[in-house]
Amino acid sequence: MKTAEEIKSAIEAAVPGAGVVLIPNTSPSAQHSLRLDPAHAVEVAKFLRDDADLALDFLSNVTGVDWPDKEITEKVKVTRTVSKTVDGVEQQVEETVEEPRKHIQPGCLEVVYHLFSMAKKHGPVILRMRTVNRTDQVELPSFTPIWRSAEFQEREIFDLYGVVFTGHPDLRRLLMWEGFKDHPMRRDYVDPDDYEYEPTPHDSVLARAAAHKAATECVAQEGTGAAQ
Amino acid sequence: MTTPATSSAFLREKNEEGWNRPPIMEPDGEAELLEVAMGPHHPSTHGVFRMDVALDGERVIRLKPVFGYLHRNHEKIAEGASYLASMPYTDRLDYFCSLTNNWAYALAVEKLTGQEVPERAEYIRVILAELTRIQNHASAIGFLIQEMGASGTPLMYAFKEREKILDLFEALTGSRMMCNYMRFGGCRVDISAAWLDAARKVVAGLPDFIDEFENLLSGNEILMARCQGVGILRPELAVNAGITGPMLRGSGVNYDIRKVDHYGIYDRFKFRVPLGDHGDVYDRYMVRVLEMRESIIILNQALKEVPGGPIMDPKAKIRGFRPKPGEAYGRIEAPKGELGFYLISDGSPNPYRYRVRPPSLINLTVLEDMCLGTNVADVVLIFGSVDIVLGEVDR
Repeated sequence: MKTAEEIKSAIEAAVPGAGVVLIPNTSPSAQHSLRLDPAHAVEVAKFLRDDADLALDFLSNVTGVDWPDKEITEKVKVTRTVSKTVDGVEQQVEETVEEPRKHIQPGCLEVVYHLFSMAKKHGPVILRMRTVNRTDQVELPSFTPIWRSAEFQEREIFDLYGVVFTGHPDLRRLLMWEGFKDHPMRRDYVDPDDYEYEPTPHDSVLARAAAHKAATECVAQEGTGAAQ
Repeated sequence: MTTPATSSAFLREKNEEGWNRPPIMEPDGEAELLEVAMGPHHPSTHGVFRMDVALDGERVIRLKPVFGYLHRNHEKIAEGASYLASMPYTDRLDYFCSLTNNWAYALAVEKLTGQEVPERAEYIRVILAELTRIQNHASAIGFLIQEMGASGTPLMYAFKEREKILDLFEALTGSRMMCNYMRFGGCRVDISAAWLDAARKVVAGLPDFIDEFENLLSGNEILMARCQGVGILRPELAVNAGITGPMLRGSGVNYDIRKVDHYGIYDRFKFRVPLGDHGDVYDRYMVRVLEMRESIIILNQALKEVPGGPIMDPKAKIRGFRPKPGEAYGRIEAPKGELGFYLISDGSPNPYRYRVRPPSLINLTVLEDMCLGTNVADVVLIFGSVDIVLGEVDR
């Protein structure tokens, strides 16, 4: 089994300009991963599947991960001219102050692939891909034409995270129903108050019952009023 | 059997474009298609699952599975709970095999933190996992026979044996199905000598049960006529579609994670991996029967060799459990296939990302490929031979 670095150089030799980044994993599992450039991902995936040494014919697991926008506070040294009264005379003095500055690190959606080889019995090789942002540029290439096992798992990620897989033969929601609006696995998802609400023919019946109930209450109140 | 007109569509070459997609079938002549929704409340679907089937007479032209009726977003719930709090919830994924679910999750967390598991706990895990495998396969075959129309009685033969194994689970863990037994770095309670004796007695009775089961079924004319040559899955497609477990081995691909990864202490046991030849329903049935026999061999070795010692890693932390930032993917050979857990830690008490790789869902990828061109009655049978639990499919 090749190490992640060797696989990276093998990919770069086979697909020029692939732009593979090695992402180290500091935990004891030491499962390092390779981040692919979405533009070359399909070519790289075909190479990984068909290469005689790697023969990664089994795509086991496809995972979506949501990385929301992160507000990062940094302390920045700023030099400013301040007017100060020194010895009774007002002077312009330069002063260096540390100032907290906030900037927003843009978030993204990430998809993680765990590859194994059934022919060579080795693995895992972990691939990752990131979308540009979380709102309008959420397209990633689909691996379903290469490994069929991605079919349902990519549909699930489309459903729960909102990643659009271009080239997927049948991209529909998998677990939530058609017509559901949001993506429940995103970190900023808020439950609707009544997400099982569906307009049914019963609504008109219920409305009539409510009107009828209001009318009977009026009658009852009039009745009690008369008794008093 | 597939009709000659349709079988050519299944023999597409591997280098052909779209070879791993189900073929698009046309009805014969000008027949009108009948669209049937099988499920979600259908006795053959093992729960709430729907297949939208298009039929030309009795022949299946199109089949689309519909999921989500039992979806409760287990992964989201786990992201809001501590690591240990998800352990009881893993019981509810595949509620037939709660102990293997526990093990897969514990294994992933142990990979994330680098915890060691004491030897005695490893033996207990193997014993419980193999008992789970036997009772799962026995009831899977029982349900398969039921789907063939033998209502009730054969299933009860399987359940009779399953009861004995569930009694063992109850004596050890306090629960028959929702065992919640494994912990990160070991197990929850120790086994007693009396429990081991009871387990040995149950295991000693298992070969007789399997012989009896096989005498009734394996050579049965009706079972052979219904199962042989039905629902054929080619090995290339099985590998490409990520099929695992008895279904993959029924197609003749030698891939058992117990042999490949040697997780736990599986490298200490001598056992063989049964393989099918044709990839049909009968081979999947036979692989399950033979796997039960191999499990008995593992159990006999494990029950003989159980060492003494602690059952928990003494360094394991119960309170304030916070793995260092990082990620890990742990997988085991569950009775239904590869069950994996993928965890990302950000250093907090809750996992940042918690993902279950469900074998039941991914094994259904090729359901349409296996069912096209067959009769409706065979769809029920093929679906039963996949062996799924909806708690795991929909999560």
